[in-house]
Amino acid sequence: MPDVQLRKLAVAVEEIWHEGGPPAIIPRRRAAILAAIRNPFAGRYVADIQPFMEDLKPLGLMMAQRLLAALGGDPLAIDGYGKGALIGEAGEVEHGALWHAPGGYAMRDVLGGAKGRASAIVPSTKKVCGIGGRLDVPVTHVQASYVRSHFDAMEVGMPDGPRADEMVMVLVMTTGPRVHDRAGGLAAAEIKAMDGLR
Amino acid sequence: MTAQIRKLAVWLEETHREAGRDIVPATRKAVAVAVIANPFAGRYQEDLTELIEIGAELGALLGRRCVEALGIAPAQAQSYGKAAMVGEAGELEHAAAILHPKLGAPLREAVEKGAALVPSSKKMGGPGQVLDVPLGHKDAAYVRSHFDAVEVRLNDAPRAGEIMVAVAVTDSGRPLARVGGLTHGEAVGKDGLK
Repeated sequence: MPDVQLRKLAVAVEEIWHEGGPPAIIPRRRAAILAAIRNPFAGRYVADIQPFMEDLKPLGLMMAQRLLAALGGDPLAIDGYGKGALIGEAGEVEHGALWHAPGGYAMRDVLGGAKGRASAIVPSTKKVCGIGGRLDVPVTHVQASYVRSHFDAMEVGMPDGPRADEMVMVLVMTTGPRVHDRAGGLAAAEIKAMDGLR
Repeated sequence: MTAQIRKLAVWLEETHREAGRDIVPATRKAVAVAVIANPFAGRYQEDLTELIEIGAELGALLGRRCVEALGIAPAQAQSYGKAAMVGEAGELEHAAAILHPKLGAPLREAVEKGAALVPSSKKMGGPGQVLDVPLGHKDAAYVRSHFDAVEVRLNDAPRAGEIMVAVAVTDSGRPLARVGGLTHGEAVGKDGLK
C-alpha cells in the first residue's frame, strides 16, 4: 500500500472587511489548507486505486485540524466549507476523486459530524493542471446546501505545485455569509429540514 | 489606523521534502498581505505623507501577523522582505512611499533586531496578478542560504483604487541550500551585511 508522501503544506487565511459597502465589525474569514503529495499512480494506468483513500484519511484529518486551528479552533464558528484537488500532468482526474471521502468526512468530523452539524455535502472541484495551476474551490453552508448567503468560492494554488507526479489536496473553511450578502434565498436562520439541503 | 483595509490575507508554507529528500525541520515562510484603499488614486498628489504613515502601520501589523502565523518568538525570525503592488489608478511612487521611509522600523521590532536592509519589490498591477516578495537574511544581507522569494496573489486585488502591501518573514533558509557563501551560523549581524 503506498504511503502518503507530503512535500509541501500551505495555509491561507483571508479576513474580509468589505467590498465597497459598509465595513463589517468582525471580518468574514476564509481559509484553505493545501498539501502537495506524491501521486502514487502517476505515469501509468492503475485499475484499482481505491485503497489509497484509506491512506489519505490521516492526511485529511491532520489538514482539517490545522485548518480549524488557523481559524481560531472553534468548530461552531465555521459555517461554510469546500474541498478540491489539483492533479499534476502525469495523473488523471480520477486520482483527484479519491479525495472526496477522506477529505470531506475528515472535515465534517471535526465540525460536528456528517450526522450532526456538518450534515450538508461538501462541494468540490478538481482538475488536472500544470505547476502553479489555480483552483476555484466552491463553498456552501455546512448544514444546508441551499443557504444562499454562503454560496462562495476561494481561489487557491501553489506556485510550485502540483509537479507532474503530484496532487495538491485542498480543504476550505469559512465563517459567516458573503461580506455584503443581499441576494435573498434561504437564510442560515431559516434552516429547518435538517436534511443537509434546507 | 489610517490605512483603510479591505482585506487581510496570510499565507504560510512548509516544505517537507525536496528533490527526494526529507527536509527536517521543514523550511517555513509566511507572507501577510493587506489590501488597502489608495488615498491618492486617480490624481497627482505631491505630498505622500499619508502613505508613508500607512507604511509604518502596516510594517507593524503585517510583521506581527507573519510571526504569529509561524508560531515563533520574534527573535527566531531569520529572513524578511516587503513588496507592494499598486492598482492602475495609482502610481509606482505610491508603493515607494509605503515601503521605504517608515515600514522598516516597526517590522524590525516585530522580528527583533533586523540589522540588514529589508529587500523589496514593487510594481503596478491588477486583480489576480502575482507579486514576488524578495527575501533576505534579517541581520546579515550576505547570508547566501537565505536569498529567496515568496509569491503572493489575490484573485480580487488590487482593484484600480487599491494597493496590495506584503511583508514576508521566515524562520529558515532555502530547503537544500548548498551554494556556499556566508552561513546563518557564521553571521555576526552587526553591520547588516556580514
